[in-house]
Amino acid sequence: MATVTAAAPRIALPGFLRRPAARKLVLLALAAAVLVPLAAARWASGSWPHALTVDLSGPLTSAGDWVIDHRDSHPLFLYFFGYISNAVVLSVRVVYLALLAAGWAGVTAVGALVAWRVAGVRLALGTAAAFVVCGLLGMWVPTMQTLALMVVAVFASVVVGVLLGLAAGLSDRLDRALRPVLDTMQVLPAFAYLLPVVLVFGIGVPAAVLATVVYAAPPMARLTALGLRGADPEVLEAVESLGATGRQRLVTARIPLARKELLLGLNQTIMMALSMAVIASVIGAGGLGDRVYQALASVDVGAALAAGIPIVLLAVVLDRVTGAAGEKLGEGHRDLRPWAYGVPVAVAAALAARLAGRLDWPSGWVLNIAEPVNRAVDWMTAHLYSGVPYIGGTADWAGHFTTWVLDPVRSGLQWLPWWSVLLIVAALAWLIGTWRTALTAVLAMAAIGVLGVWEPSLDTLSQVLAAVAVTLVLGFATGIAAARSDRFERALRPVLDVFQTMPQFVYLIPVVALFGVGRAPAVAAAVVYALPAVVRITAQGLRQVDPAALESSRSLGATGRQQLWQVQLPLARPALLLAVNQGVVLVLAVVIIGGLVGGGALGYDVTFGLAQGDLATGLVAGAAIVCLGLVLDRVTQPTERRARKGA
Amino acid sequence: MRRTTITAAVAVLALTTGCGAADMTKQASPFANAQGAKTVTLSVQSWVGAQSNVAVAQYLLEHELGYRVDTVQVDEVPAWDALSQGRVDAILEDWGHPDQEKRYVDDKKTIAHGGDLGVTGHIGWYVPTYLVEQHPDITDWKNLNKYAPLFRTAESGGKGQLMDGSPSYVTNDKALVTNLKLDYQVVFAGSEAAQITQIKQFAKEKKPFLTYWYAPQWLFKKVPMTEVTLPPYKDGCDADPKKITCAYPHTPLQKYLNAGFAHDGGRAAAFLKKFKWTTEDQNEVSLLIADKKLSPQEAAKQWVDSHPSTWKAWLS
Repeated sequence: MATVTAAAPRIALPGFLRRPAARKLVLLALAAAVLVPLAAARWASGSWPHALTVDLSGPLTSAGDWVIDHRDSHPLFLYFFGYISNAVVLSVRVVYLALLAAGWAGVTAVGALVAWRVAGVRLALGTAAAFVVCGLLGMWVPTMQTLALMVVAVFASVVVGVLLGLAAGLSDRLDRALRPVLDTMQVLPAFAYLLPVVLVFGIGVPAAVLATVVYAAPPMARLTALGLRGADPEVLEAVESLGATGRQRLVTARIPLARKELLLGLNQTIMMALSMAVIASVIGAGGLGDRVYQALASVDVGAALAAGIPIVLLAVVLDRVTGAAGEKLGEGHRDLRPWAYGVPVAVAAALAARLAGRLDWPSGWVLNIAEPVNRAVDWMTAHLYSGVPYIGGTADWAGHFTTWVLDPVRSGLQWLPWWSVLLIVAALAWLIGTWRTALTAVLAMAAIGVLGVWEPSLDTLSQVLAAVAVTLVLGFATGIAAARSDRFERALRPVLDVFQTMPQFVYLIPVVALFGVGRAPAVAAAVVYALPAVVRITAQGLRQVDPAALESSRSLGATGRQQLWQVQLPLARPALLLAVNQGVVLVLAVVIIGGLVGGGALGYDVTFGLAQGDLATGLVAGAAIVCLGLVLDRVTQPTERRARKGA
Repeated sequence: MRRTTITAAVAVLALTTGCGAADMTKQASPFANAQGAKTVTLSVQSWVGAQSNVAVAQYLLEHELGYRVDTVQVDEVPAWDALSQGRVDAILEDWGHPDQEKRYVDDKKTIAHGGDLGVTGHIGWYVPTYLVEQHPDITDWKNLNKYAPLFRTAESGGKGQLMDGSPSYVTNDKALVTNLKLDYQVVFAGSEAAQITQIKQFAKEKKPFLTYWYAPQWLFKKVPMTEVTLPPYKDGCDADPKKITCAYPHTPLQKYLNAGFAHDGGRAAAFLKKFKWTTEDQNEVSLLIADKKLSPQEAAKQWVDSHPSTWKAWLS
């Protein structure tokens, strides 16, 4: 039914209505008027009809058993997956041993040297300080484990991404074929595919690295393709006129011209891989993520923070260094002499520490931050949880939020007849995109029903909608403030960095301590995670509004408020829409984390599947989250962005 | 010398992976045996009791036997899988997984039984003791419906809330609530951390709550709780999880080792097989970790220093 509804525009009535939006809606209404009574009579008019579901638990369970029983004998595992797995283990091990052999002084010196050459003195000092803090927090060995994992994962993601990007950049047909694949990879919440990876590779480093590659390769691929396609045609023509072959053109002109995009891709890949390092701890990746996860088990926010800070530091340092490298590109030839001074200094530092027998971080040099942090958290939760005069405690807010917002939205969604949900999805997606977008969205929504998880998916959807609403209100307000005040934006930047890179596990305990167990803390966690992106995009969008338009409105005597509402916001509309889209996708990514604090629904099912090795529950819920992601992405993704993204 | 170890490792691994089949059932963690140390990898489950076992075993392995110990936090069922693949060497506290036992211990023989831990585990429904003082008859399941309004929360949809924990734990609670016709809604906290945090918040305000919980557990020392009696457990009464109407059994907790490690693990394997202590011992360490916020190493050191006779027997 879904297919027909969305494909209907082909038999359009040209010129019947002026506005395309109205035309689309009328067409949809016509199609619905014919199909809905049929569908409702044939099946049912309430929740998703049972006749249209497929029970996958039998085949999935036997598939899981087959993998476990054949993992040590079937050629597919012995000669394919086994090699991949061994190669990953081997390379992580080599990097890890190298890092250990360099010792803390060596790693710090080399890190600072690289940062100095690539990004200048300030970042070099920052890098050295970051490494020292990792050591001071008593996290040296886990930091090195995470670093080893990251090096390998980023390297693999870059290789995969560049290959895909080359294919998409050089061939239009491959580009069209790859675009939906990359789209889907980016919308997929990472948790959803941990389970299949674990089933094949078992828990541990190989599974973690591979899951990271799936997550981190798409931006590299996308930006590589973008760089290749965006190369200046005049330069290419000039090269061609010199008689260069296709391969020469690629190597001498197109790739060098795409350097900026390639570096930006590297930067994005590193950031995504780091955020995955923590999620991967759930499947035994070890390192810092595992320390955060273990601290969580003893409800120790302080210890979790001690392991979370190195992750934030690594992320900030890597982000700034690769970012600075991108900006420095094209500044002409590098002076090689400083390397000649720097390298011996770094080597000497490493050797000195080594000869002094101080290869491991000295055990006495450790700051214990866990205790004061825990005291602060205890104080905060003790005083805010309930009984605050006039405004009530956080627990009361959470209760009100659940009964007044989450419950009505959830019961409203679950009350809607199944076909009307499909219609709403079709209408929204079609209004904002093309009929293809609408088709994808409706098919994805229908797939949720077919998988038999209609009710929990709508429960999850209600949480996502509530969280997105809160995120947008807070995010737009903060973004507007940041766009209007430079000082505020500078002060905000490190806060956003921390929110964006701090592993979500760290704030699970505080949100439960503040809001109790249930859906409210899940929403709170999602808001914290999605807010930075929304704030950044909003602020950037407002700042890019044409100054001439602002100037002219000011000369007409508009007040600040009028300027904001009548000039800046309308002109920044594309950026605001992008912020909505990102907010939705990021909120959905935390749904699983919500399952860990009582959010229930799909998030709980995925964690249940992972914890119990239950493919039937876990994979189906994971697939439903993916479908929900596609629906939400298509419904909020304007056509202009789609066109631009593929350009 | 380190360089030669690296080269040797590369060469050996290249040879073993380069030719012939790559055996996925025999793969250690890449972080194991670094710098030429003998490493034991232990799996830690998310509850504090499991952390205590591992902390003490780790301390003794490192300080008395000269091993380097890696720990990995994994849920129970995936931990069995990891154990069979050799990614971890031992699980020190297993609450009973008959399916996994049959598959890996009996059929595949990739996991070996490592003996009793010495601690007996029990799952049940608990209410805080301060509530029992007000309503003494609340500890019988037959009276639970009468008190359901007391346990109502925003999440329980007008019914009483029975709080369950992590998705990795063994639970029949949904079936029990239905089969015993209780006016309750099972709300999953989703992780033990969330559950403990919520219990502490309830206790701070002396609010009523009903929760799935288990012993041995350090939290009893902080929040005294009393078990609600469910219909008694008989052998086989939990065979069909859909029709279940009885309480949870008392389980003597078990240790399991990777079969290869059990065979060639030398003194480490022998020590882990002999490791056996009491509920009181475990709780002592757990309380140090979870309540006094000592690091697991420090907590283990305190216990080891004060109980030499217990652990000396494990090393002989």
